[in-house]
Amino acid sequence: MTTQLKYQSQAVAKPYFIAAIGLFVGQVLFGLIMGLQYVIGDFLFPEIPFNVARMVHTNLLIVWLLFGFMGAAYYLVPEEAERELHSPKLALALFWIFLIAGALTIVGYLAVPYATLAKITGNDILPTMGREFLEQPTITKLGIVVVALGFLYNIGLTVLSGRKTVINVVLLTGLVGLAVMFLFSFYNPENLVLDKYFWWWVVHLWVEGVWELILGAILAYVLIKTTGVDREVIDKWLYVIIAAALITGIIGTGHHYYWIGTPAYWQWLGSLFSALEPIPFFMMTIFAFNMVFKRRKQHPNKATVLWAMGTGVMAFLGAGVWGFMHTLAPVNYYTHGTQVTAAHGHMAFYGAYAMIVLTIISYAMPKLRGIGTAMNNRAQVVEMWSFWLMTVAMVFITLFLTAAGVLQVWLQRYQPNPLPFMAVQDQVAIFYWCRELSGVIFTLGLLLYIVSFFIKGEQPQAEQVAS
Amino acid sequence: MPDIFTKTMARNIYLGGSVFFVLAFIALTFDTTARLPKRDNRENITEQVALGKQVWEENNCIGCHTLLGEGAYFAPELGNVYQRFGKSKEAIKGFIKSRPVDGIPGRRSMPQFNLTEEELEAIAEFLKWTSEVNTENWPPNING
Repeated sequence: MTTQLKYQSQAVAKPYFIAAIGLFVGQVLFGLIMGLQYVIGDFLFPEIPFNVARMVHTNLLIVWLLFGFMGAAYYLVPEEAERELHSPKLALALFWIFLIAGALTIVGYLAVPYATLAKITGNDILPTMGREFLEQPTITKLGIVVVALGFLYNIGLTVLSGRKTVINVVLLTGLVGLAVMFLFSFYNPENLVLDKYFWWWVVHLWVEGVWELILGAILAYVLIKTTGVDREVIDKWLYVIIAAALITGIIGTGHHYYWIGTPAYWQWLGSLFSALEPIPFFMMTIFAFNMVFKRRKQHPNKATVLWAMGTGVMAFLGAGVWGFMHTLAPVNYYTHGTQVTAAHGHMAFYGAYAMIVLTIISYAMPKLRGIGTAMNNRAQVVEMWSFWLMTVAMVFITLFLTAAGVLQVWLQRYQPNPLPFMAVQDQVAIFYWCRELSGVIFTLGLLLYIVSFFIKGEQPQAEQVAS
Repeated sequence: MPDIFTKTMARNIYLGGSVFFVLAFIALTFDTTARLPKRDNRENITEQVALGKQVWEENNCIGCHTLLGEGAYFAPELGNVYQRFGKSKEAIKGFIKSRPVDGIPGRRSMPQFNLTEEELEAIAEFLKWTSEVNTENWPPNING
C-alpha cells in the first residue's frame, strides 16, 4: 500500500498524525467550553470547573503538538538520513504508551477533583503538580521522560548512522533540547520565586527556544520537497533563522523576569533581547515566500504550500508582532497577566506550532495513505477552505481578546479610579461573546479540515517543472 | 543571499551565538540566584508557607487565578490579595470557606474545596508571604 514512501518505516508517522488531529479536536472543544464559561459563569459548574477545562485545553495542545513533532521526525528523518528508521516497532510501542498515558491523565482530570488526583498519584513523594501547563501527575511526567528517551534513542541512532543533513541535525538538536528542558519540570522548590524562575526554563525555552529549531527544520524540509530549491540555499536560511532565534530568545527569557521577585536588571535585558525576538519569525516569513517564488517545480500539493506560507506569516504575527506588543517592561507593567497575554498565546501557538504540524501532515498524509504526492483537487480545495476558516477565525479570536485586554488594562489598572477585576470582566463581556463566535467558526474550519481527508476525486497531475 | 555569505559562516554564527548566549544566561542565573535572598522574602518561608504552596498547587488554583501575573485570567490576581483583603488572613479563609457548592446562577464562582482548618491557615500564610516578595511594585494597584 505504501508505494509512495521511500522508506517503509516512515509509515509509523501515520498513527502519530491521526492522534494529533484527534487530540486537536478535543483541545478546541474544551476551548469552546471555557469561552462560554467566560460569559456564562456557571456553565457546566461544578462538573467541569474552569480550571479543569483549561488544564484539558492546554495539556491537549501540548500533547497533540508533541505527537505532531514525533510524527514529523519519524516521517522526515529516514528520508533525510537515507536509511530505514532504527526501530519501527519501538516507535509504535511508544505511540501506544504515550496515547494511553495521555488519555488516562485527561480522564483523571475530568473524573476526580484535582486534589484527589494529586493524592492517588503520590504527588507528596515528588511534588510537581499544580503549576501552569505542568499539571500532569508526577507519574505522567516520568512517563513522558521514558517516551522521550525511547524516541530520542530511535531517532538519534537513525540520524547518526545515516546521512547527516543540516535538517536532521537541527531537528535532533531541537528534540534533545525539548527533552532536556522538560527535566526542569521536576524541580519545584518551596520558594515560589525560584519555582517560577526555573518553570520558565521549561515553558519559555521550549516555545521561544528549542521548539523554533524543530519548527525551522520541518519548514525547511517541506520547502525543499515542494519547491525544489537547492538544499544549500535552504540550509543557509535555516542556520541563520535558528541563530537569530537562539541569540534573541535565550536572554529573551528575561521578559518573564520583570515582576516575579527577580532583580530589576531583567527589565532592561528582557526588553532589549525580546524586542529582537520577532526577527527570526520575520525571517521565516521571508524564507517561506522567497523559496516559493524561486520554486523550480510546480508541486501538485498546493494545500501544503499554502500551509507553509501561512505558518511563516502567522508565526510572525502571533509570536513576533503580538509578542512584541507587550514585551517592553514599561508596557508589560500594565499588560502582565491580562487578556493581552491570552491574545498573544492563541495566535503564537496556532501560527507557529499548530500550523507547522498541519503543514507536515498536509505534505505527508497523501503519501502515508498511499494516495500519491497530493490529494485530489476537490479535497485540496476543501483543505484550503479549512486553512482560511481556521486562520481568519484565529485572527479574530486574537483581535477580540486584544480588545478585551486593552480595555481591561484601562479599566482595572490605568484610569484614575481603577475597578475591581470582576467588575471589569462584566464590562468587557461583549468581546468574550465575539471571541466565542470566532471559536465556533474555528471549530467549523477544523471539521472541514477533517472532512477533506475523505473527499474522493481525480488525482492531480504529477510534478511539473515551472516554466 | 549572496555567495559571499557562505553556509559555513551561517553555521558558525548559529553555533557561536548559541554557545555564547547559553553561557551568558547561565552566568546571569548565578547572579540572580545570588541576589534573590534579599528580594524573595525567603527568611519567612515557614513550614506553614511551604504547606500553603502545596495546597495552592494540589487544588490547581493557577487554573483560574494569576499569581504575580502568571496563570489563568479567569479570576483575580492573588499576589496582592492579602493587602486587598485588608491584611486579614481571616478574610481570605472566610472567602474560601464560604464558596457555595453549586456555584452562583449565571456567575463565575470559585469551587468549594472543602479545605481543613490547617490547610486554610496554610494557604492564607502562603498568600501573605507571596505578597511580601519584592516585585518591583507590581501590580500597579490594589485591584491586581
